[in-house]
Amino acid sequence: MAELPPLFADWFASRGWSVHPHQAEMLARADAPALLLVAPTGGGKTLAGFLPSLAELADRPHEGLHTLYISPLKALAADIRRNLTAPVAEMGLPIRIEDRSGDTTQTQRRKQRASPPHILLTTPESLALLLSYEDAPRIFAGLRRVIVDEIHALAESKRGDQLMLGLSRLQTLAPGLRRVGLSATVEDPAAIARFLARHPDPCEILRADPGPDPEIAMLETDTPPPWAGGGGRYAIPAVLEELRRHNTTLIFHNTRAQAEIFFHALWQANSDNLPIGIHHGSLSREARQKVEAAMVAGELRAIVCTGSLDLGIDWGDVDLVIQVGAPKNVKRLVQRIGRANHRYNAPSKALLVPANRFEVVECRAALDAVRAHDLDGAPRGPGPRDVLCQHILIAACAGPFAADTLYGEIRAAGPYAALSRAEFDDCLDFCATGGYALRAYDRWQRLKQGPDGLWRLRDPRSARNIRMNIGTIVDYETVKVRLKNRRGGAPLGEVEEAFAASLSPGDTFLIGGQVVRYEGLREMVVEVSRDRGRAPRIAVFMGTKMATSTLLSDRVLGILQQRSWPDLPGHTADWLALQRRISRLPAPNRLLIESFRREGRAHSCIYGFAGRNAQQTLGLMLTQRMEAAGLQPLGFVASDYATLVWGLEPLTDPAPLFTRAGLRDALETWLASNAVMKRTFRASAIVAGLIERNMPGQRRSGKQATFSSDILYDTLRKYDPDHLLLRITREEAMRGLVDFSRLEAMIDRIGDRIDLVAAPHVTPLAAPLLLEAGRVPIEGAGAARLMDEEAARLMAEAGLG
Amino acid sequence: MHGHDFPLADATLTALGSGALFWRAESLLCVSDLHLGKAERIARRGGALLPPFETRDTLARLADDIASTDPAVVVCLGDSFDDLAAAGGLGEAERTWLMQLMAGRRWIWVEGNHDPGPVDLGGTHRAELALGPLVFRHIARPDAAGEVSGHYHPKARLARRSRPAFLVDSRRVILPAYGTYTGGLACHAPPLAGLMGPQAIAILTGAPPRAMPMPRR
Repeated sequence: MAELPPLFADWFASRGWSVHPHQAEMLARADAPALLLVAPTGGGKTLAGFLPSLAELADRPHEGLHTLYISPLKALAADIRRNLTAPVAEMGLPIRIEDRSGDTTQTQRRKQRASPPHILLTTPESLALLLSYEDAPRIFAGLRRVIVDEIHALAESKRGDQLMLGLSRLQTLAPGLRRVGLSATVEDPAAIARFLARHPDPCEILRADPGPDPEIAMLETDTPPPWAGGGGRYAIPAVLEELRRHNTTLIFHNTRAQAEIFFHALWQANSDNLPIGIHHGSLSREARQKVEAAMVAGELRAIVCTGSLDLGIDWGDVDLVIQVGAPKNVKRLVQRIGRANHRYNAPSKALLVPANRFEVVECRAALDAVRAHDLDGAPRGPGPRDVLCQHILIAACAGPFAADTLYGEIRAAGPYAALSRAEFDDCLDFCATGGYALRAYDRWQRLKQGPDGLWRLRDPRSARNIRMNIGTIVDYETVKVRLKNRRGGAPLGEVEEAFAASLSPGDTFLIGGQVVRYEGLREMVVEVSRDRGRAPRIAVFMGTKMATSTLLSDRVLGILQQRSWPDLPGHTADWLALQRRISRLPAPNRLLIESFRREGRAHSCIYGFAGRNAQQTLGLMLTQRMEAAGLQPLGFVASDYATLVWGLEPLTDPAPLFTRAGLRDALETWLASNAVMKRTFRASAIVAGLIERNMPGQRRSGKQATFSSDILYDTLRKYDPDHLLLRITREEAMRGLVDFSRLEAMIDRIGDRIDLVAAPHVTPLAAPLLLEAGRVPIEGAGAARLMDEEAARLMAEAGLG
Repeated sequence: MHGHDFPLADATLTALGSGALFWRAESLLCVSDLHLGKAERIARRGGALLPPFETRDTLARLADDIASTDPAVVVCLGDSFDDLAAAGGLGEAERTWLMQLMAGRRWIWVEGNHDPGPVDLGGTHRAELALGPLVFRHIARPDAAGEVSGHYHPKARLARRSRPAFLVDSRRVILPAYGTYTGGLACHAPPLAGLMGPQAIAILTGAPPRAMPMPRR
């Protein structure tokens, strides 16, 4: 183990602190070209990352930028600057530390480019922007170390892919650069190591002591959870009781809408007036910062939140985490639990609140998995090419480049190690011409090759647009909400454009925990007034709906196979027993399909246990095949476990519908036009620079933005079906929202073992699906028949026919 | 060809599923609100980018209707171009295609509110057109009879589905917009509800077109 330099040892001693073994080990391995530290939250991970930099900078003076720190959150970068500045000042070290993000002032940014600090703390997007400047080689010439914080989170998204391309660029500018990744506990550290290191260099992995196991249990309530629905409102008295018993509690929800409903209900029951706040990504920045500041000041007893608090500033006195709703993913649950009790070597404490009876089973399965240290995870596949297109455009902003050199540099990035030259050339061609169908339009002709063979921007002025569109986070189209008054009114947050479009004056909805009344839409801002309405509508935030992981689904199936359920609460055990009596319980290697009639429609419930996205895809493909078979389906709805289809004719012979080849065919036809593909296309088209983000203040009417990407999609489908962006969309959808691989895995798992149960009425397991949101109508022969019947009825009624 | 026949001022007219109106006795095809060049205009004004292919799509559907009805007369009932510059800015291929469609027929451009002046494409330009018992104009007049008009882009809902629709009563027919990606106005909205008589029907576009009493909410 390395000795701390005396200056540091003294400083630690003056604080009464001792160095963690992994912190010392980081110092010892300071020369490793790539190093991944896996440590639990609260383990002094960030300091471990910085110690070698501080030691080197204390040791000998350095001119310019020495260490670049990248975090997924702006707030984290700013917070760490404050935390780092204190010891540096106290030890009297000659180190300049600054952060840089979208919030940094223009003056400050210019100063940072002219004279970079020793340590710069920033985000992947701000780094990409820095790399797009012509003076990037000068800014980064002396760079020695780069620290990527929360790399487990970045590695799951395109932001990480973009960052790794950026690191490859940095490595060219500063060949001696060493890389450090800081990660929470993950199932496959080696995969993250490959992601981080320069390909094909090895990457050392350092594991800190994981600390004690968390104390985790299901919350016991007097009232049993309801049959269906999310929200967990039934548990509010028990949750309040826990809040009273703890200092500070984080209450996690899976969706923003559920967080809003829960927060509203919690306040209605909060007779002690406990200070409770709400935090999610659709609230205005002002509202979020207020809550964060109150939390840091210790003024709040609880925060109702979503994934917006999965990462971020450590709040030392959080002593309880409550997860409301199915955990969906064990790894994320473990990381959320880690938000409680950031003292090293103290167990975190967490409670799970299933929102309905099915989720009781999933919570049980998650508890078992956490105790068994069984983490889920799926390999992410190679780096997406829309990010690559953006990277090529950024490279062109920085200056002329040779295709061969850029290709070599890109292949040195972990996620792009397997990129073929043909794939790269496709992306380059897209950046240069827009692709075959768009070649006649100037705005997509962005690069040209000079006589020297180098590629450069056709019009240098386009650099401004490219820079404004940097980044891989694509928000759904939202509109701002604010209180209506003469001076403009306080901003409350955002809602989806589609939801805003559905509102009529007088409608009420929930945002930031308040009930507001829709007054009107003015310059794309929803104006509202306060209202005491009793039954508000729920604002729609699409966000990503995470699918339950394969690991959890398998564990749930395992529990369903038990003879009896002594580990489950009585109400849930009784419910499963009833299902077994009326129908059957789904089994791992079989496919259960129930059919029953309800309200004059034939219903079929298919228990595929393939996760929400794949069950959704199954619904789309199945209804298409049922349409072809003359069953006249009218619609379907999907959950993580099952798909419920309804139509005019019953399903009597399911086996032919579930062949792998048949579903593949259906997929091909169906991929043509559907909302999932359009949504995926829009995101990729923005990342790849085919369409531009909407900038604040830019003229725009109603639904125009979404509208234009949808039309562009239809157009390319029709006139250029092999367009690069369509290929990218397909790849993205297959592994994202379409999740076809999981569907294929299901087909392979069940083989021909399909059980069709004709039930006399809706079954206990199927009942919750009748209340599931997100019903998808099918426009086919069934719908045509209904329209004909309805038109004939109306004409006869009016005496017109 | 899917069509729904209805009488208007002693003429028998056919509402086609595409949104075009066919008058068999006169071999006359009438379409309204083509809005050619909409994408081009929005891009010129610096708005969100619409792709340039909607013009071709509209022309393709018009070519289909012309092929199946082989009309002697084609009446474009106004707002055929999104504005004058859109007519000028039509791509060479689209221009040629339009010329081919026009060849050998009487082609009448009725003026709309978006394209008030003549364009350089041949055909005849009229503020309105009277033919036998019917009069063709862009915007309906409350006191008119035997009137064929467009302008409002009417839509109607049936069994929870909304479609562009013809609105028909004993005095007039209002055509749906024929152009691709044009918006719409629900037929129960005041200007339409006020224009149409109590016995009005809506004929929803689609294959096949479907007639229903005009929804009044």
